[in-house]
Amino acid sequence: MPEARFRIKRWDPESDEAGAERYDEFTVPYDTSLTVLEGLFYVQERLDGSLSFRYCCRAAVCGSCAMYIDGRYRLACQTNVRHLTGDVITVEPLPHMPLVKDLACDMTDFFAKYEYIKPYLMRNSAPPEKEIPQSPKDRHKLDEPIDCILCGCCYSSCPSVWGEENYLGPHALLKAYRFEIDSRDQARRERLPRFDNERGAYRCHTITNCVEACPKELNPTEAIQWLKGAAVRRRILGRLK
Amino acid sequence: MIHHELIVVGGGLAGLRAAVEARNAGIDVAILSQVWPGRSHSGAAQGGVNAALANHPESADDTWEKHAFDTVKGSDYLADQDAVAQMTKDAIPVIYQLDQWGCPFSRFDNGTIAQRPFGGAGYPRTCYGADKTGHYMLHTMVERAVKAEVPMYVEWFVTRLMVDEGVCRGVVAYDMIKGGFEAFTADAVIMATGGAGRTYSNSTNAIISTGYGMAMAYHAGVPLKDLEFVQFHPTGLLTTNILMTEGARGEGGYLLNGEGERFMQRYAPKAMELAPRDITSRSIQTEINEGRGIDGKGFVYLDLRHLGAEKILEKLPGIRDLAIHFEGVDPIEEPIPIVPSQHYSMGGIDTDMDGATDLAGFYAAGECACVSVHGGNRLGGNSLLETVVFGRRAGAAAAQHIRNSGPSPDMTVLAGRTVAAVEAQVGGLAARGAAGEDPYAVRAEMTTTMKDHFGVFRDAATMHAGLDKMLALKERVGNVGLRHTGGVLNLDMIRTVELEGMVDVALGIAAGALARTESRGSHSRTDYPDRDDTHWLKHTLAHYHPEGPRLGSKPVTLGMFEPQERKY
Repeated sequence: MPEARFRIKRWDPESDEAGAERYDEFTVPYDTSLTVLEGLFYVQERLDGSLSFRYCCRAAVCGSCAMYIDGRYRLACQTNVRHLTGDVITVEPLPHMPLVKDLACDMTDFFAKYEYIKPYLMRNSAPPEKEIPQSPKDRHKLDEPIDCILCGCCYSSCPSVWGEENYLGPHALLKAYRFEIDSRDQARRERLPRFDNERGAYRCHTITNCVEACPKELNPTEAIQWLKGAAVRRRILGRLK
Repeated sequence: MIHHELIVVGGGLAGLRAAVEARNAGIDVAILSQVWPGRSHSGAAQGGVNAALANHPESADDTWEKHAFDTVKGSDYLADQDAVAQMTKDAIPVIYQLDQWGCPFSRFDNGTIAQRPFGGAGYPRTCYGADKTGHYMLHTMVERAVKAEVPMYVEWFVTRLMVDEGVCRGVVAYDMIKGGFEAFTADAVIMATGGAGRTYSNSTNAIISTGYGMAMAYHAGVPLKDLEFVQFHPTGLLTTNILMTEGARGEGGYLLNGEGERFMQRYAPKAMELAPRDITSRSIQTEINEGRGIDGKGFVYLDLRHLGAEKILEKLPGIRDLAIHFEGVDPIEEPIPIVPSQHYSMGGIDTDMDGATDLAGFYAAGECACVSVHGGNRLGGNSLLETVVFGRRAGAAAAQHIRNSGPSPDMTVLAGRTVAAVEAQVGGLAARGAAGEDPYAVRAEMTTTMKDHFGVFRDAATMHAGLDKMLALKERVGNVGLRHTGGVLNLDMIRTVELEGMVDVALGIAAGALARTESRGSHSRTDYPDRDDTHWLKHTLAHYHPEGPRLGSKPVTLGMFEPQERKY
């Protein structure tokens, strides 16, 4: 039976000094397939009960287990050990984020920024009797941004986030884009001030780390440039949308 | 001690919908969830949600009554027909409302919500957003909760209900981030914690779908209903049991055996691959058992190749990604190896149409509840529907209950006592430590026992052996020990505490299955192959007892449709 060696970054706020992260090594046997998430469960169940990480769907749709695995942003559940090369698999929490414990980061600011952007459809007319009509063409504009699982990879990878703690980040701006381009949304100027400023869209310097980091292969950078254009058009040309 | 008028346990679709309803009714409501709500298992639903919108060209004369008939027939007549009528009627406004709240359903050319055919349905009435309908609905509902400013206690693991003199007064929860236990007092509690899929080793469900919410109600004296009805989805990925949506067959996918035959023609000649899930799973299992799996092995193929790349990329992009990432198979090029997999708990906390239970102030909605609208077998597309319809109704009913109640009594003593009881329970686990039973060994034996002894086909001898194993595991779970006692994000503690609840729910499934001497819906006994309406047209109720479940029953509400033989 093949074995995989896991090198896992550890830190426990109850026993470790700030900044005193270390790496522990574990050996995990497997038969035909093993995901990194399954490997972490093996360690937690049999080798070290103190290991902490987030998990839920194990099918790449919930966004819980975003981590930094062998130097790349990945979902642990979607990463098969067979596809990793090298003698040892290094598993670390999302970099540049405050830690909760071991592989779990503090996502408080991440979600506060998501909420700040007014992430919901806004209407200012009476609801129709049935659905709000939307052409397939208009619906297809949403295909990419609605795939976002809010895992945090883009946010963790963004140098503009590292340098400016108030920057909303790619995830929140992608969400703003998702609603601004929705033909059913009637926010007009209500959401605009949330991203049309120095902590919003203009803080993106098109470094495109987010594009590389996204496990769903989305393109927040492009969406943010659309927001910049839309904001400028509205300010200069006085357009509502 | 923290107080809210209403506590909702669980932040999936049912819990969020309940909270939004109560909040909009002016109630001080908060959600407690083990994960950020957008990570809940509702998001893994793929194929769609049923409502007789009559948008599809072939469903112009569809009605809620026809939806109700399909649901009742699909349930093998065990569903309560008044509840089904309520759900299928409510479906239409509830889906329009979801659209108006921004849910990105796919569209027909005329701009209406797109619908596709689904198993057991007489019309194409399953509204969908590609093959990610649950993800879209869940995020829409999180967005509405954000808009309504519903407070969310994220990463709080609820361990126990607080009950005083027959009234539910709140919950005790573990603060996963800061550590420690806290009492949340309330005038009403809604349980919305999802199904018990992870009591089986071959489940499509998220890892957190343990059934622990059901167990908390069960331990507090609320009966669980119809637990023996466990849905096996026909198409789970071979290696991981990850779901391949019924929508893949709705879009025209074939099921093929080792001889390359579309074997469903021998089991459901009219409906073919779109027979209900219980029938389709039994057909696949029969092919496998009789040696007609692929290369004689334990799986068959879901073949989408004839649909072509364009249709797969347009309608089933998520399925394709999952097959590539988790099975190493691109459905455009190759057939997908699949196997029937535990998928859904038809049974659950015994509630009425308003989510109310026998325990005053305690409600349940979604998969953890059993209204019952699914009876012996749930139709695809009715689970997402149930969450929003009955989440909404439970939220409204709890709000009404709170308005009708007098001022809250002082709950300080109760809160202190219940927190102390939880701390003593965890202290006991910690005291046994590594010298105690290994909880993960117990968990593994439980899940394989349920898979091997209470699967697609059942018989008395196999189930007796399984029940004996489960009773032995019940003994052992009383002796498990904690390996880790830290305060922050202690997975060892969460997974050990939830294990006891899982074993109790699994025992309820086992006892109910052994007692029910007939075949109905998903409960298929080789020793009792026929449905027996004379003796068994009734719900099973399991009452918690430390030595094992005490079974009772409850009549089924008929009225619209007379029971008849199911043929597809």
